[in-house]
Amino acid sequence: MKFLCLGCDELMAFAERQLPGDGTMAAVFACPRCGREIALLTNPMETQLVSSLGIKVGGRAVPEQPLELVRSQLATGRADAFDDAHPPAPIAWSAEARERLERVPAFVRGMVKRIYTDYARERGIPEITPAVMDRARQELGLEGM
Amino acid sequence: MRRIRTYYETAATGHDVVRQVTDQLHRLARRLATVRHVLAVASGKGGVGKSAVAANLAAALALRGRRVGALDADLNGPSLARMLGAPHATLRADDDGIEPATGTAGVRLVSMDLLLAGEDAPLRWRQPPAPAGPHGAPLPTAFLWQSMLETGALRELLADVRWGPLDYLVIDAPPGTDRLARLLELVPGLAATLLVTTPSEAARHVVAKSVRLAREAGTRTVALVGNMTAYTCAACGHASPLFHADGVRRLAETAHAPVWAEIPFDPTLSDTTDRGEPAVVAAPSSPAARALAALAARVEAELETHAASARPAHADAGRETHTGAEQEKGAGAAPPPGPYAGPSEETP
Repeated sequence: MKFLCLGCDELMAFAERQLPGDGTMAAVFACPRCGREIALLTNPMETQLVSSLGIKVGGRAVPEQPLELVRSQLATGRADAFDDAHPPAPIAWSAEARERLERVPAFVRGMVKRIYTDYARERGIPEITPAVMDRARQELGLEGM
Repeated sequence: MRRIRTYYETAATGHDVVRQVTDQLHRLARRLATVRHVLAVASGKGGVGKSAVAANLAAALALRGRRVGALDADLNGPSLARMLGAPHATLRADDDGIEPATGTAGVRLVSMDLLLAGEDAPLRWRQPPAPAGPHGAPLPTAFLWQSMLETGALRELLADVRWGPLDYLVIDAPPGTDRLARLLELVPGLAATLLVTTPSEAARHVVAKSVRLAREAGTRTVALVGNMTAYTCAACGHASPLFHADGVRRLAETAHAPVWAEIPFDPTLSDTTDRGEPAVVAAPSSPAARALAALAARVEAELETHAASARPAHADAGRETHTGAEQEKGAGAAPPPGPYAGPSEETP
């Protein structure tokens, strides 16, 4: 899937992805020459089709996690199926962020925590708050997590 | 009419779908590069005892000192974890992958059964919010994406598990020729596909399709395993046919496929294997266990003979037999790379 700016005959570059939480997705592409932007809008079924392939529209911001597809999509997963190793250096979690993490199904929680922790560490963010989680979710394209 | 450049006339992009799918397949090929022989135990027909054969074959190969992994590719009816004695193992996960569970005889094992919440939990995927259909009712969509998701899940179970150096990775394939076809696409050039069948004509009819599928997918060796071929009297030891038909022999003749084993009907096989102790370990002198141990020896002889003829003589220097305990620790040098080169570099 590519987008071509017809005016410039130039491939458009991925710029941004938004996941409003209702199963839809918006992916923005921009022409590097003229700056023109377009947004690809998908309905929940189309978003799911893309997710089922294990790919990200616009590419991956973080490397694919082991069993990412299974862990993010399985509805009948066992809570203690995984023992997730966590990076050594601690990153603080605010009470609100911790509460929000607790609402993530246990089957996938360890993987999601690792992704948010890596996100904060790589950006020098000392504490993970709900706002940081929202930003990470948007930037990393964490569909279904 | 103006001419718009086609997909192939434009440069590749980092976010291209084809690029991402190709990356997934490369990842799978890299993971399997440390496996010498990948073999599938399949059928096409359900209820022929395929999983019991796979579990016992894996255990028997491990008992012969080989480093063995077992992947339960039957996502909807997984049973290998239970049969190999590790039904409740927790899988350790880090950025590099998932550490498999350790089953009977040190077999490194992964099964969907280890991930499901409870014995009666079916494989069910999260549903996206359903769009409204023509009359306002929610439009069912799972039929559109479910098989795609299951193929992706199977790919992950192959590619994201730290199998480590293995002599054999035994894949318990799901029933159904369509699912076998998907497995064969993910792992092209399998060392062997063992097709389990019973003497019944119905099984012969279905398994014949699997023979052709496996051959067309480039499997190096396609062989038959006849299961429940005879009943051995516990009192006198006399073996009597269990079916009037002789579908195994007929299939062997018509499909020109060798029969590598004929396993008699033996209640010990299900009694032991169902409780997590494969018969080759728990009842090695039982008729079925003896046939399965002979199958393991045949698999090894056939695949090693083929491998020896396909690689230079110096490649085997220093190879040793490994115990299950060594296998658990991942000891020993990495084996020669497996034949799974992965997809060629894509160009678009």
